[in-house]
Parts: sequence; structure tokens; C-alpha cells
Amino acid sequence: MIGGLFIYNHKGEVLISRVYRDDIGRNAVDAFRVNVIHARQQVRSPVTNIARTSFFHVKRSNIWLAAVTKQNVNAAMVFEFLYKMCDVMAAYFGKISEENIKNNFVLIYELLDEILDFGYPQNSETGALKTFITQQGIKSQLTKEEQSQITSQVTGQIGWRREGIKYRRNELFLDVLESVNLLMSPQGQVLSAHVSGRVVMKSYLSGMPECKFGMNDKIVIEKQGKGTADETGKSGKQSIAIDDCTFHQCVRLSKFDSERSISFIPPDGEFELMRYRTTKDIILPFRVIPLVREVGRTKLEVKVVIKSNFKPSLLAQKIEVRIPTPLNTSGVQVICMKGKAKYKASENAIVWKIKRMAGMKESQISAEIELLPTNDKKKWARPPISMNFEVPFAPSGLKVRYLKVFEPKLNYSDHDVIKWVRYIGRSGIYETRC
Amino acid sequence: MTDSKYFTTTKKGEIFELKAELNSDKKEKKKEAVKKVIASMTVGKDVSALFPDVVNCMQTDNLELKKLVYLYLMNYAKSQPDMAIMAVNTFVKDCEDPNPLIRALAVRTMGCIRVDKITEYLCEPLRKCLKDEDPYVRKTAAVCVAKLHDINAQLVEDQGFLDTLKDLISDSNPMVVANAVAALSEIAESHPSSNLLDLNPQSINKLLTALNECTEWGQIFILDCLANYMPKDDREAQSICERVTPRLSHANSAVVLSAVKVLMKFMEMLSKDLDYYSTLLKKLAPPLVTLLSAEPELQYVALRNINLIVQKRPEILKHEMKVFFVKYNDPIYVKLEKLDIMIRLASQANIAQVLAELKEYATEVDVDFVRKAVRAIGRCAIKVEQSAERCVSTLLDLIQTKVNYVVQEAIVVIKDIFRKYPNKYESVIATLCENLDSLDEPEARAAMIWIVGEYAERIDNADELLESFLEGFHDESTQVQLQLLTAIVKLFLKKPTETQELVQQVLSLATQDSDNPDLRDRGYIYWRLLSTDPVAAKEVVLAEKPLISEETDLIEPTLLDELICYIGTLASVYHKPPSAFVEGSRGVVHKSLPPRTGSSESAESPETAPTGAPPSEQPAVIPAQGDLLGDLLNLDLGPPVSGPPLTTAPVQMGAVDLLGGGLDSLMGGANFAAPPAGTMPANLGAPLGGGLGDLFDLAGGVGTLSGSYVAPKAVWLPAMKAKGLEISGTFSRQVGSISMDLLLTNKALQVMSDFAIQFNRNSFGLAPAAPLQVHAPLSPNQTVEISLPLNTVGSVMKMDPLNNLQVAVKNNIDVFYFSTLYPLHILFVEDGKMERQMFLATWKDIPNENEAQFQIKDCPLNAEAVSSKLQGSNIFTIAKRNVEGQDMLYQSLKLTNGIWVLAELRVQPGNPTFTLSLKCRAPEVSQHVYQAYETILKN
Repeated sequence: MIGGLFIYNHKGEVLISRVYRDDIGRNAVDAFRVNVIHARQQVRSPVTNIARTSFFHVKRSNIWLAAVTKQNVNAAMVFEFLYKMCDVMAAYFGKISEENIKNNFVLIYELLDEILDFGYPQNSETGALKTFITQQGIKSQLTKEEQSQITSQVTGQIGWRREGIKYRRNELFLDVLESVNLLMSPQGQVLSAHVSGRVVMKSYLSGMPECKFGMNDKIVIEKQGKGTADETGKSGKQSIAIDDCTFHQCVRLSKFDSERSISFIPPDGEFELMRYRTTKDIILPFRVIPLVREVGRTKLEVKVVIKSNFKPSLLAQKIEVRIPTPLNTSGVQVICMKGKAKYKASENAIVWKIKRMAGMKESQISAEIELLPTNDKKKWARPPISMNFEVPFAPSGLKVRYLKVFEPKLNYSDHDVIKWVRYIGRSGIYETRC
Repeated sequence: MTDSKYFTTTKKGEIFELKAELNSDKKEKKKEAVKKVIASMTVGKDVSALFPDVVNCMQTDNLELKKLVYLYLMNYAKSQPDMAIMAVNTFVKDCEDPNPLIRALAVRTMGCIRVDKITEYLCEPLRKCLKDEDPYVRKTAAVCVAKLHDINAQLVEDQGFLDTLKDLISDSNPMVVANAVAALSEIAESHPSSNLLDLNPQSINKLLTALNECTEWGQIFILDCLANYMPKDDREAQSICERVTPRLSHANSAVVLSAVKVLMKFMEMLSKDLDYYSTLLKKLAPPLVTLLSAEPELQYVALRNINLIVQKRPEILKHEMKVFFVKYNDPIYVKLEKLDIMIRLASQANIAQVLAELKEYATEVDVDFVRKAVRAIGRCAIKVEQSAERCVSTLLDLIQTKVNYVVQEAIVVIKDIFRKYPNKYESVIATLCENLDSLDEPEARAAMIWIVGEYAERIDNADELLESFLEGFHDESTQVQLQLLTAIVKLFLKKPTETQELVQQVLSLATQDSDNPDLRDRGYIYWRLLSTDPVAAKEVVLAEKPLISEETDLIEPTLLDELICYIGTLASVYHKPPSAFVEGSRGVVHKSLPPRTGSSESAESPETAPTGAPPSEQPAVIPAQGDLLGDLLNLDLGPPVSGPPLTTAPVQMGAVDLLGGGLDSLMGGANFAAPPAGTMPANLGAPLGGGLGDLFDLAGGVGTLSGSYVAPKAVWLPAMKAKGLEISGTFSRQVGSISMDLLLTNKALQVMSDFAIQFNRNSFGLAPAAPLQVHAPLSPNQTVEISLPLNTVGSVMKMDPLNNLQVAVKNNIDVFYFSTLYPLHILFVEDGKMERQMFLATWKDIPNENEAQFQIKDCPLNAEAVSSKLQGSNIFTIAKRNVEGQDMLYQSLKLTNGIWVLAELRVQPGNPTFTLSLKCRAPEVSQHVYQAYETILKN
């Protein structure tokens, strides 16, 4: 199991050091600094073995978090734990920075004591932790009921939610956030495309509500459609094939496995209900058509057309096209029909920004790039043209069909809950080779 | 609330000030002081002098302050054991506190204080806490048992804590169950023999129930524990799998990977005909793909594991090639791993896409990545024959870019392509030659030289090209020097007239001016070979090479099976068994896949394939171990880079083809030109069997009288090449049975166990007739003598030299490969006596070209003695004639594979040199039969 956990600043100074196992000595702290943080070369692996001691690290801005062990630990678990650790810290004091860590080091030690015991991760749900790790230090005055409520929550089946939550207005927000990824060949052939989506829920519900979430999952629709042959044809079109999905630990996985229904008792506040991935019938919101021509050794001509491919009534926002330029670029002239385009020498790219663009439109940019003559034999690698955008629909086609809330003990019903649903499609890695 | 100020106090007299503050009456001031102490401790300052003052702050109602003091205690108690006792009272008191959080805190902290005297006091409170009414306390106490066990295992056993811990597996609270499982698993690991976890269908059922209810971390502990269980039959395996599959949809990647581990392991037990088996296969792919959308560090762990899964069960991900395409801003470690998997998944169906991708990658920035991409193109060519042509043209395009490292890498892989498809793509040689000057890496230079030598007849100016390398001969690396030597000899054999001078030059450079024994010896061998018998030299040096196999860097199957049991863990990331990187007893536990019990595979005996599925079941991806070995050993790389030169004379990897044939002609030739200045090692000419003994001067066992001659044991695998395992051995034949007598010596510091042995396919089908039986683990410095019975019913592949045997030996540490030459007489069968008439007819029948003549020198025996000595080794004298004062012995022998060898031995009284004429329908065995004669007669 995890033998120790260290946090360093960008210089390699130790900010937090907590050792859980006897086989990890003080020199381990230095070994990581010398061999990884101060290493000359780029980091080649997130797992490093130095003198039979293994170091797992993740970086958040310029802070290094490292877990150390001498055993054959579950590596996936160690990384999941480090991410979780970051989430917990962020939930307590915001951004993970040197200053915040130094300001909260007592709290961090307290957290580390609670969420790792002898190197074994324990309950690390912020909801539960916040009930008893408060930095107030006066918990001894709690009543017996309160105490046992805390402990049963921390260890219980529903470790992510405490009892007795009350809201005057029961409300929930569902965000379907998708990132659409594309790799397209210069000829316009889709090399790979997938959508990775998340359903994020913000719940402000009283009591211990039992929720049921439904979407236009092909498998479910087809199962239901069996009764009325009529409907199968109609709804079949609107349903989507989900390649795979994973759920927050509140979702009853065995129920999903057997009935494909998503039922759960949600944590209070914001959490990620599910993640999913689709690869079929993706709506690609934009198409990029590049044309790069080398005119002699010192000049490049670039023309890029973008086409929006969705309902004309919808508006895409924050559109940015990034056209890479060679390292030996000396000057660039750009003409674009819409938006603003600028050559950014420090980023080796022409950045073309358009604030808004409706569906089924087209826009074009052309640029002349002057090059310095070089005797570098190596050809310019021509990195792909990348795009960023935001659209108000789900490129996968996912639709929320319902989210039902049942709370048998309290007197509010599904109809009393105010529900909001929003779809946002963003570009993930959206690239076209040129 | 800004605590960062505590980090900045660095002035002198600090300790003194802190001491005063710690003893202050004001609570706030005390707390401040303790915080400062902890901050100093974090940055590595020694604040142990404040021990009594800090411990004094322990009695407080303030939970935060208490925790800080505990933190301090955990760090310094070990260095101040006497004073740490002061804290015991508070701990014991806290364990009785009405607040469960405080009780748990006390028991948690106490377990972290590794002071003997304190552990004694810990037992009673711990016992109470294990039975506490509050689950939070119980789950903490469960882990505390593991802590205590780490400090004093005996104490835990004596106090009966293990039983209490076992009871907790049935606890009503899922988190208590999970922690108890984690603690028990860890304790069980250090007691491999004990049946601590005692998994049975009932307890498994409890675990599976708890699995649905506990935290994500608890699920990981339980799944990792389940993976160690061995289901009774396929039905039980299936029902566990069914209950584990829902975990594949968990958001936590570690839960998913641990579930994959359980499924991969239990799948071994399911019959492939089962519908459920294919359903399960289908269910595994999507979650594995989903892992690739996790954060990069987790992606890396996932990819390393997918690499194993793809090798074990290629069918799972065969349609998912696209998801492994590299993204522009993937971290380099993700890119390299993806590339590896792409090559493994490459097939005829997707090769076009893969190649297009690889070509893109070859223009990227990161040098390592580009190199690997170029190499991958070559591997695609070798793997998918239909794509070879396209690959070659892609490589040529890349060579045209003139980017130095791309060109070099391309040349190295083109050499491999030539080895796979001889006489197909040689038209590209001209392009390669153009780039000769730009090559500055030894591997690329060696590859290019190999190409020039191999195809010397098609390259007009081959001599000029090679000559240009010769100028700086001594500055080249050994690899290049060896290759250059061989290439020039090849050239000479192909174009003898123009290149005489060149070959003279290189031979003298190699033999006279070089300090490298490998190079010198190879030089001598060529020299003698050329001066003795150029025709033989041609046969040896220009012999047809075996084709290289498709998959090169596969993980050896037994290791792969072991690693499958470690999915998700560090071992799977390193692709090494835990013993390779874990110290102490924990690594020794060896995991293995359950033996296959499916309907059609039931015939497989578990003894011969102790770690699961026999390789023959996956012919497409995992070749029989033999192929792998063959490929390893046949690579024309020159000798291994490290290791002592010539420890196992003819067994050197790259040199096999040279030495095998070379030595024989050296010995037979009385008329070769004396070597120049340099001195030849005296015993290089000695017969092989005895020669090995001489070389190593080992006191080996003398052969038993009743059987054939047994050579003394020679070291086959030196300890430094095999992580401390030394193997020496010999072959013997007694009353019709062949055996390999081995001496295993453990020269490492750790115990060795789990030995197994396997042979590569060989010329006479030699194979172990029983598994390697080493009854007890081999402790350091212990030697064990084993006689391994052999049979000749294994699969046959002609080896070069004929009597070469490649062996793989496995133990708990690793798998080791070596090769050895066996004396042919172990194959002479007992019924090898031919009828007189038959002998005459056969002798006449065999064409004269098949006759080989040899001289046996320095043998002072008379005809009778010779005859009886040979008979002991199953060479039978059929007739004896006296012609002009010479004794002519007519003899016959038969090999295990039914080949007859007829011999005429001329013995002249008073003359110690015999003449041996051999006739056989398979003339290639003659050399070795002659060697056997030598060996038998001289010992």
C-alpha cells in the first residue's frame, strides 16, 4: 500500500510530508526531488522506480504530488487516490497552489490522517469529510446522536450523503456536457471521432431522495418499443448507441447491469452522475477544409474554410481556429471574412476567433506566410489545425428523457421538484490534418 | 487563517523559543507553537528535542491540537522510545472516550507508533476497539491489526487478533468488511503458507455482497482479494464473473481494472464454447477503451495493462485499433505505449490505416517517439506480409527526408525486413547505400554493413564501401567491428579475386591489433576456415539463415500469465514480476492463472504448463516459446553487449553459426596454415564435450560405467547472467534412456523456487520427459543435483549446428535462456547393430559424395580396446579385417530418429592416428558422429 505521500512546490521544496509505512525513509523525499523534479529531461513516465522504491506523481499547476511505496501496490488505485486527494483539497480551500497549501497545512495533515490509514484509502467523499473535519476543533461538544450520525455516514452504505438535509425549494440542475473529438485527414476523411460526455447534476433536495434517470439510450428504447411496433420506428431514430458508460459510486451498478436503469440517491450539491462515450452517428458541428501550398522555399499560402453543420436557428460560440505556422516564420498577412485573426509568434500559430456563428454557414481565412531561409534539413512537421467552439446541443444526440425523484418519508413529490436541463457541446481535440 | 507563516521561522534560538511557547498557559499560543513544530518537521528540521514539551500538550479537548501532537508522536516516537511511554496513558484513556472519533483516532495513532513497549499497551485497547459498537472504530481497528502485525507478527498471532479480524469479514458494515479484507490480504501475503484468508464459497458470497455496498476503495480491496480465489469449477467461476461485471461501469478506473483482473483470471476456467464466454469477451472491450479517456497518468497504467491483455487475449480489442491512435498533445509516455499496442493490433484488416498513422508519427518532434514509429513500420512489414511492399516504400520515403535518426532507424528495420523476405526488396539497396555516410550510430552502421555483406554480389562497389569503414576500424564499436569482419569475409567468398587484400587486412586488424577476445576469436576462426577449406567456409559463412518470426518483443508466456494475475498493480506497469522490485518476503508469493478446465482443453496436464493455458492455444499471437527463443538466438547481432566473453564457449548467441561449424574443421585439418603472430588458445581445438570441461576445470561427476560416456559437467548458464542462478550440466545415456544431469546453484541472496524447464524445438526432437522437479526451494548458496529424463518425441526443427539445444529455465525470479551442444552419442540407440549383408549392401548403396573422412589423433588404443569402448556407447563393430598390417573395423550405429551411420575405422598398430570414414544418407550428421567418436575414444 501507499508508504508515504509528499507534496512539493515547483522548486522541489517539501510542503507536506506524511509517511505511513516504516519502509519509507526520509531519503525517499530527496530521491524524488533529485531524480524527477530536478531531472534534466522531460518526465518520461508518471511512475518512477528509484532504488526499489516506486514513486507515483501527478502535477497540478506547479505543485507535485507524489505517492511512494516499496510494495506491489494497485497502481490504478494510487493515481485515483491522488486525483481524489486533489479534489478534496480543492473542495476545502480552492485552487491547489503553494500558498494555499502552506496556509492549510494543518488541515491537509488532518485530511491525510483521515483518508489514508496505513496507506489504505478510506472514505474520501468531501460531503462526508466536511461533517467532521472542519478546522473548528471543537467537535468534542457534539451530542452523541450527532457523533454516531457522522460515523455511520462515513462508514455506511450511503457515505456520500448525510441525513436530515432540508430545502425549502427542491430543485435540481442537469448539465449534459459533451466534448466532441475529431481527427480528420486533409482530404476530409474522418480518421477518428468520438464524443465523451458527462452528466453533471446539482441537487438541492430534502431528505434521502431516490432518483431515477432516463435518457434516449438505444437499448432501453428498443426494449420498451417492443410492445408497440409503431413506436420503434419513430423513436429508433432518436435513440443513441452508447459505447460505454461509467457512473458515480452512488448509482446502483448491479441494477444498471440487469435492467439498464440508472437509480441512485444523489450526494448533496454538485457531482458527476455519469460519463459516457459514443462513436456512432456523431453530429460534427464544424468541418475544416485546409489548403496549404508551399510557394518556393520562403513562402507558404494557407487557406482554411470552416463550415457549420447544425440547425440554422442555433448559435455556436467562442469559435477559435488555430493554424500552426513553421518555426522560421518571419511575417504573416491574414485576410478573414468574419471575426478577427492574428498571428501569434510566441505560439507559432495564426489564431482566428469568431464570437458567434449560426448553423449552415461558411467562413474563410487566407494567409500568406513568409519564411526565413534555413539550412535545417528537417521538414516542418505540419501540426494539425485545431478548433475550439461551444454549441448549445449534444453532438452525440443524447437527450434526457426524465429524472424522477421519490422521497417517501417527506411530503414532496416528483412534481414539486423544479428541474433544469441544459446541453453544452464543446470541442475536445478537434483536429484536421493539413 | 494563514498558516504559511509557520514555514518562515528560521532564526537561531528557535527551538528555545518554541519550548517556551509550548509550555505557555495560553491554549492559543500552545497551538501556534505546535503548528510551528510540525511545519519545521515537514521541511526536514530536527525538532525531536521538543519531545517532552509537545507530549505535554497531548491532554487537551481540542481535537485539532490533539491530532497535531499525534502527528509529531508518530514521527519521533521511534527516536525517543522512553519518553514515548509518557503518551501511553493518554492513548489508553482516549480509547475509552465516549466520542467514537476520538476512540478511533487513538487506536489509529497508537498503531503507527513503532515502539515495542507501546505495542504491549496497545493490545487491550485494540481488542476492545475491534468489538466496538461503532463501525467507524471497528474499521479503524481492523487496519490497526495490520499495523501491529507489521511491528510484531508473533504478538498478533498470540493475542488471537487474526481470528477477530476474520470474524470482521462477516461484519454488518461494508467498510469494516473492506478494511478487514485489506488487512488480512496484506498479512496473508507475508505468510504465504498460512490459510489466513480461507476463501470458500460462503466467504466469497459475503465479499460479493459487500462489494455492492462499500466505498470505491473498499471495492478495490475486495476485488483484489477475490482475484486470489481459485473457484472450484467453471460454474462457480461464471457466477462470480456475473456478479463482478457490473463493476466495469464504475467511475473509478482502479475498480474497473481490478474487476478486469478477476474476469481475465476466471475466464481461464470457462469453456470457450460457452455463450457466456463470448458475452464476457464483448463486455470487456468498452470499459478498457473508456479507461483511455481518464487522466494521462491513469491512461498510462491502463495502456500498460492493455498491452498485457492484448497479448493474452487479442480477440478482445481487435476491432478497437482507432482508439489507440496517438493524439497530438498526449504526453510522451502515453504516445509510446499507444504505439506499442497499435503494432500488436495491426492485422491485414487495418494495416492501411495503421500505416498512414505511423507515417504521420514519423514526422513528429520527439526523437524517441519518431524512432519507435519508424521501427513500428518495419514491424508491420514483418507481421503483415501483404503490407510489406507498402511499408518498404514508406520507409524509403522516410529515408528521403534525410533526417538523420529517421534514416538510421529505417535502415535498421529494413535489415530485418530482408531477413523476413529474402530476395524480394533488394532493389532498394542502392538507395540505402547513398546514405552510408550519414550513419553515426553503431546499430545502423552494423545493419548497413550486414546488408552490404549479405548482398555483396549485387552491389558493384561493395568492396569500396566496406573498405571505407575499414579505415577507422579501431574506433568502431564491437558490434560494427564484428559485422564488418563477417561482411568482408562474405564478400571475399563471393568475389574472391578482387578482395583478397581486403580480407587479409581485416583479418589482421581483427586478430593482431584488437584486444577484444570475441573479435579476435572470430577473426581466427574465419582465417583458419578460409585457409583450410574454402568450400566448407562458404557453407558455413554463407549458410541460409532461418527466417525471423513475426512477433519479436512478446512477453514470455509464463511471465505473461503471471502478470495477468497482477493487472492494475505496479507489476503490470513495470511488466516485471513483483519479486523483481519488491524487497523481502512479500514478493515471493507467486501467482498463477487457474488451469484451464474447459471441455476441449481438459487434456492439458497442469504439470507441463504450470502457469495456465499452454501457448498452443493462441497460435496467432503467442508463439510457442520455441519461436521466441529461436528468434532471440538467431538474430545476427554479434555477441551480447555485456557479460564475460566466452564463458560458455560455443554457446555465445550470435556466434553460434560460426563456431558450430568452425571448430570441427579446425580439429580435423592437419594441413592448415599456422596462424600468424597471435597465439591460439591451446584448448580451442579440443573436442567439444571434453573441451568444455577443460575450459572450466570443473570437478564434474564421472559417467557411470554401465552407460555411454558422460562428459563432466560444464557451466551452461553463469550466475551473473541469470540473476544468481548458475546451471551446469551434462548429458548421459543409460540403458536406453537419455537424461540431462543438472546442477543448480543459487548464488543469489534470495530463495529460489518454482523451477521449470522448456526446450526449444531442436534437430532430434529432444524434450523433457517429466517436469523439472526441485522439491524444496533453493536457499542461497545451496546446490541441488537433478537428473532430468529426456525423450525424443518433441517437435523437430533443424538447428545450426545440428546438436544445438536451446533451453529456457524459469524460476520465481525470471526466465533465463541459454543454449548448449549435446554430444551426439546420447542419441545412439541400443539396437544399432546392422546385419553384415545389410551393411555391405547399404555401404554400396550410399553414394560416395556422402562419405566423409576424419582423422582421430593421439589415441593409443588397440583395435580390441577401441571396439569395446565404442560398444559401450552403442557403436557396434560388425566386422574386422586386417589389411596390410592395419586393422579395419566396420561399424554401425543408429540414431533415435532412425538414421543409420556406417563407419570404417582404420587402426594401425603403433600409430596413434586413426582414420575414420563415415557413410550416411544424411551426411550432415557425420561431423557430429565423428566428434562423438573422438569424445568416446579419448575418455
